[in-house]
Amino acid sequence: MTGRVLVGVKRVIDYAVKIRVKPDQSGVVTDGVKHSMNPFCEIAVEEAVKMKEKKLIKEVVAVSCGPQQAQETIRTALAMGADRGIHVEVTGKDYENLGPLQVAKIFAALAKKEEAQLVILGKQAIDDDCNQTGQMTAALLDWPQGTFASEVTMEGDKLKVVREIDGGLETIKINIPAVLTADLRLNTPRYATLPNIMKAKKKKIANMKPADLSVDIVSRLEVLKVEEPPQREAGMKVETVEDLVAKLKEGGTI
Amino acid sequence: MAALFKARKALALCVNGIRRLSQLAELPETHQILRQTCRDYADRELSPIAGRLDKEHSYPGKQILDLGAMGVMAIEVPEDLGGAGMDYLAYSVAMEEISRGCASTGVVVSVNNSLYIGPILKFGTEEQKNEWITPFSTGEKVGCFALSEPGNGSDAGAASTLAHQEGDEWVLNGTKAWITNSWDASATVVFATTDKKLKHKGISAFLIPMPHPGLSLGKKEDKLGIRASSTANIILEDCRIPLSNMLGPRGAGFKIAMQTLDSGRIGIASQALGIAQASLDCAADYAHKRCAFGSPIGKLQGIQFKLADMAVAIESARLLTWKAASLRDSQKPFTKEAAMAKLAASEAATFCSHQAIQILGGMGYVTDMPAERHYRDARITEIYEGTSEIQRLVIAGQVLKEYQQ
Repeated sequence: MTGRVLVGVKRVIDYAVKIRVKPDQSGVVTDGVKHSMNPFCEIAVEEAVKMKEKKLIKEVVAVSCGPQQAQETIRTALAMGADRGIHVEVTGKDYENLGPLQVAKIFAALAKKEEAQLVILGKQAIDDDCNQTGQMTAALLDWPQGTFASEVTMEGDKLKVVREIDGGLETIKINIPAVLTADLRLNTPRYATLPNIMKAKKKKIANMKPADLSVDIVSRLEVLKVEEPPQREAGMKVETVEDLVAKLKEGGTI
Repeated sequence: MAALFKARKALALCVNGIRRLSQLAELPETHQILRQTCRDYADRELSPIAGRLDKEHSYPGKQILDLGAMGVMAIEVPEDLGGAGMDYLAYSVAMEEISRGCASTGVVVSVNNSLYIGPILKFGTEEQKNEWITPFSTGEKVGCFALSEPGNGSDAGAASTLAHQEGDEWVLNGTKAWITNSWDASATVVFATTDKKLKHKGISAFLIPMPHPGLSLGKKEDKLGIRASSTANIILEDCRIPLSNMLGPRGAGFKIAMQTLDSGRIGIASQALGIAQASLDCAADYAHKRCAFGSPIGKLQGIQFKLADMAVAIESARLLTWKAASLRDSQKPFTKEAAMAKLAASEAATFCSHQAIQILGGMGYVTDMPAERHYRDARITEIYEGTSEIQRLVIAGQVLKEYQQ
């Protein structure tokens, strides 16, 4: 395959940060909070770069939708080995309301525009945990999808994908072009090497707006309220198994 | 017309100055990505094992290979020789983040970059660079730097290790002391006297592979801190090396050593910053969680004053270190600033690690928390690569020169 891969990378609050809800319950605090690339997106980038190193594909294009800071996330993907980046600028209220359907529309439009053979995304983002963008992108493009991928191999002009499902592992064969979403065990993302960090500086990041792709990003969802999970109550100790069963019955658990 | 030209020139100088100053206040984007990459590596791969490496005195072989693959073991070396081709500011940033995870790993990286590769890069021939640098940029091999002796540390000019020529070989005899990386190294830069009458102008530098006939290692020192890196004597008994193993001109050894140490100071300053920052991280986190008298101890002014003093000490030392690195990168004189950075950073490390134990109280004294390891690791930064006293002499010398009548 001499094709092009689009990899989606999302800028999210760093996994190690303690999340705080805004006092007005409209969302979480993001100002001044450390952000980094979504861990599943890192795995997606790694898979794409590995495919390029195996000469299975020719070019890796990293794409991110968001405000100016999304460019940092694209640069990290470039430092990992992506060839160029596309920053789709979405700011302010539009960005706050940006969800999987709009992002999927953007990716579908870009996949057609860039004549991509493969779109690889993380299975979900660690901020909204939607797990929808990959599936929606495939549907909009009418392409096959290999989601929750833990192993991807090229077999001729098809892709063999091992998927992590509730019952275990499922192996499917899909045609190219296709959409893949990366699961945890697909690979271990590399640390960017210093020479690649330097080279990333020279790689190009194209800027565009959703309107340039004729995509309407109006949200059909409205967030009513965001609140902290209930405080964890203290537990209690019991002496015997009989006591335990009695307490569980009492509480209506069994 | 002339006035307009002058004004424009002044404005350009101003803008350049502002750009350079802001470079100190905030790192360029590449360096920020580098900092984040090294920090992620240190958090995930170094911090979790640092305690065990310290307890077992075990060399972080796998981690050095990882860092080699990232390009961190030869940051300043040009890409055509196998290095990362980055600048000293990048080196300082990488060193700080790695040392924040594990100070021992930090010193292995620093000695390889500044003390072993450094002089060869600056004074070596093309053949020497290919033979002695390229294999040492991947993490598979590390080097060391043998200047100090049992009889002289600060008094480097009194080198009693001797080298005399016999036919087409140099023959070295003597003992070197306190050599970091010695037990894990595959080569060393050694300083020996070739012309005793010329005193410090009669010292030359040599490259010796390890192991090598005539070169043996003393016992591993049982140190207070940085225990995962090996420190031992290197004993030379009729150690024979080809004439082509001399580094730089005959008699240039002292100059090579001093210039090498100037740069090495930036590396050690960065290591000290990493240790100091790790101490502050530990103490501030504890101040949020530990409750006394009904509230987290972070609410008590006594604790707040300590944390403030620690933060100021670190930030000022960091800016000094970045300034020294930036001056070196601009090929400007940096001896004074490097000495100031090493002095400030090492004293910040001992101060911060001391205060961190105080803030942690009893918990600071036990191995369950890393504070006691930071305290032990910090102490050496005021001693090696130029004691704090020597740094003060270097700084005073530079200051007095500025005010020369």
